[in-house]
Amino acid sequence: MSNNIPAVELVNITKTFGRVHANTNVSMKIHKGEIVALLGENGSGKTTLMNMLSGIYYPDSGAIFIDGKEASIRSPKDAFSYKIGMVHQHFKLVDVLTATENIILGLEGKLNLKESEAKITEICEKYGFDVDPKKKIYDMTVSEKQTVEIVKVLYRGADILILDEPTAVLTPQETEKLFNVMRKMKEDNKALIIITHKLHEVEAISDRVAILRKGEYIADLVTKDTNAQEMTDMMVGHAVKLNIERVKPLSEPKTKLVVKNLTVVDSDGIKKVDDVNFEVKTGEILGIAGISGCGQKELLESIAGLQDTQSGSSVIYINDDGTEDELIGLNPYEISRKGVSLSFVPEDRLGMGLVANMDISDNMMLRSFRQGSTPFTDRKSPYKLAKKVVSVLDVATPSIETPVRKLSGGNVQKVLVGREISNAPTVLMTAYAVRGLDINSSYAIYDLINEQKKKNVAVIFVGEDLDVLLELCDRILVLCDGKVSGVVEDPTPEDKNTVGLLMTKVGGNNSESK
Amino acid sequence: MNQNKKEPLFRITKRTDIPPHKSWIIRGVAIVIALLVCAIITTLLTKANPIEVYSSIITGAFGTTRKTWITLQNLSILLLISLALTPAFRMRFWNIGGEGQILMGGLATAACMKFLPGVVPNGLLILIMLLAGIIAGGIWGLIPGVLKAKWNTNETLSTLMMNYIATQIVAAFILYWSGKQSSGKIGVINPDDNLGWLPKIGGIAQLLPVIIAIIITIVSYIYYNYTKQGYEIAVVGESDRTAKYVGMNVKKVIIRTMFISGALCGLVGFLLVGGVNHTVTTTIAGGQGFTAVMVSWLAKFNPFAMIFSSFLIIFMGQGAGEIATAMGLDSSISDILTGIILFFVIACEFFISYKVTFKNNKKEEA
Repeated sequence: MSNNIPAVELVNITKTFGRVHANTNVSMKIHKGEIVALLGENGSGKTTLMNMLSGIYYPDSGAIFIDGKEASIRSPKDAFSYKIGMVHQHFKLVDVLTATENIILGLEGKLNLKESEAKITEICEKYGFDVDPKKKIYDMTVSEKQTVEIVKVLYRGADILILDEPTAVLTPQETEKLFNVMRKMKEDNKALIIITHKLHEVEAISDRVAILRKGEYIADLVTKDTNAQEMTDMMVGHAVKLNIERVKPLSEPKTKLVVKNLTVVDSDGIKKVDDVNFEVKTGEILGIAGISGCGQKELLESIAGLQDTQSGSSVIYINDDGTEDELIGLNPYEISRKGVSLSFVPEDRLGMGLVANMDISDNMMLRSFRQGSTPFTDRKSPYKLAKKVVSVLDVATPSIETPVRKLSGGNVQKVLVGREISNAPTVLMTAYAVRGLDINSSYAIYDLINEQKKKNVAVIFVGEDLDVLLELCDRILVLCDGKVSGVVEDPTPEDKNTVGLLMTKVGGNNSESK
Repeated sequence: MNQNKKEPLFRITKRTDIPPHKSWIIRGVAIVIALLVCAIITTLLTKANPIEVYSSIITGAFGTTRKTWITLQNLSILLLISLALTPAFRMRFWNIGGEGQILMGGLATAACMKFLPGVVPNGLLILIMLLAGIIAGGIWGLIPGVLKAKWNTNETLSTLMMNYIATQIVAAFILYWSGKQSSGKIGVINPDDNLGWLPKIGGIAQLLPVIIAIIITIVSYIYYNYTKQGYEIAVVGESDRTAKYVGMNVKKVIIRTMFISGALCGLVGFLLVGGVNHTVTTTIAGGQGFTAVMVSWLAKFNPFAMIFSSFLIIFMGQGAGEIATAMGLDSSISDILTGIILFFVIACEFFISYKVTFKNNKKEEA
């Protein structure tokens, strides 16, 4: 904390959307040469607050001071003139352009690609970024895209950087690299704000942590004087248990699903899943780890009957009486007609698992609308199921008739998981079940998954947070470039490094080979 | 407050929720403003008293029993075309090929009227005409549906192109049927014995389309809201990935829905040829296949709301036609007025989705 005048000072900022108070009288300071972590549950107003700094929203009341002077930030352009740059959670890049073209996009003045490239290379060297200015965005890994976003704001001269959940999409190794860059920026006297849900990252990178709860500023703490438990309790407002229980299987696990020689080739001829073999047993959670885009999606979709597979691929479902059913070649409806109760919580909740514009009741109907022999749908039972899911899983919604897109991320996921476990599955597949969810909702989802495990369901859990995978799963299968690069039996937190290395094993260093 | 602090003049924020009555008030206000602007413009152009102008619009649409029935018939036809396009629209399949589907339905109907009398009794003839119209229109809708389902072609383009093909096919048949007279017209079919002419219910020729429109409106509403197929259309329209995820056959739904859409257009062709015009020309649809796109959208694809949106357009069209003749103006005036009303009705949707907040007036700026 260098000098007395803060780089950014927010005074009594209030922002409402209709009847919702996103921020109420928030005041905070960020100094130069400091990394502040902004912590809070979903809907606690973190992103809204930062959007006001970056000119996307304008506060209803309150004032923003930059370097001690009152500032009025009406647009992202204004924000840049105050040297504020924000890296959004969802990248805002044009796929067909190169890194350089994306970085200078929208800037005024003469177009001089060479000069810009030189300047970009200079920035990269200064902070230790690793990006090829001539590479097209569509050829880049998620981590590279993020680097381009960060270079973009630095290129525009940002002294105050806001990073909205930057690590959500990165491997542990990539995260470490990002943190090194952040530390270099800090040495360069920049002010950094990082939004994250992961407490161990808060501890690793930040100097101070600011906590928001329900739009209100609760406290700011010096990171080294606090701990994960204290931060969580302040964030949630009451004490929370911070470990995931790993229940022992109740009965002897039996093999439920056998995946053999599974290979998926996409429309460009790239092997997304390459000769994968594994088994899933009843009453066990099989974790699947890997850098995003390493075939997890295609693997689960092949099992669920949504993905064309190469010949020779096989997914055998073993019924309770020992008979076997081949699932490859069937669509989801045909699978369920075989009497196989397979539930799938896909990664894209609103684009695949649910219909965003339909209400909770109509979404419950997705799996059951074909029931009955008349051409008419039964609207009563889905409505009853919707009511049950809302009350049992404690879904926060104004009504059953509310379109699911209006619910928060955690509640959307509860609706989806609630529907998928409602028809007593024997196999449950979840992809990134807690992505974007706050701590409370995440633990609610872990509990639901554990409950299914207790009911002898065979669970496949695709995750990205290694700490969670290590705690929750009975076995972890690691995918790298569509191949199984290793299996860790009965994992413990000490296996983190092993799994991290397996995740990047096949492709050489840590770049995805395409 | 700081002197040099500048707040934006106004801010636009997305509304999270708007009570239904409020959105209807906004729409109502938009129509009132639109009518005022229309009044000002017609007064400026005609120097007439605006109240007089509006009363002649009403006389134009409902002045006599005959005018009222014509207005109702036109309303029913436009409503039916809108209802025909709606299944596709609810599936987010932009069927702008209503014109072509109507023409093909009409052509098939006319062919039956021309060649089947004498072969079959009149009652059966009308039934065959109906089936022929529906099937011809249905096939014309089916083709873009299949193209979309199999090869993911852009339906906006393919349905539009199919209109031109249909127009030329009809033109070719008319030329062929009219033979050596080469007048380019075939004239009224069966003018003497009226074979294949649709029955006048209660002596009123215009009643049949009205009844059919009422039935189709109610059936559509039930179909969308209470049937499995209606639910499938909604899911496919929102997200075909979700539809596949629950094992719906997306291709089948697209093809089936486009057949329904085309078939309903074919039904309109049957009504126009068999009941209204008793002949076929390349212009029987008269651009209503496109107007109906707007009607359906304005009603947010709700069959009952379409009654009001099609009424608005037909009423203004009929009425403005009347003032054009009464005041000695070009018939374009009716397009101008309809355009003004649509502009306001569509623009008001912005104020339903967004809220505009002006800055506080108490700031000491000049």
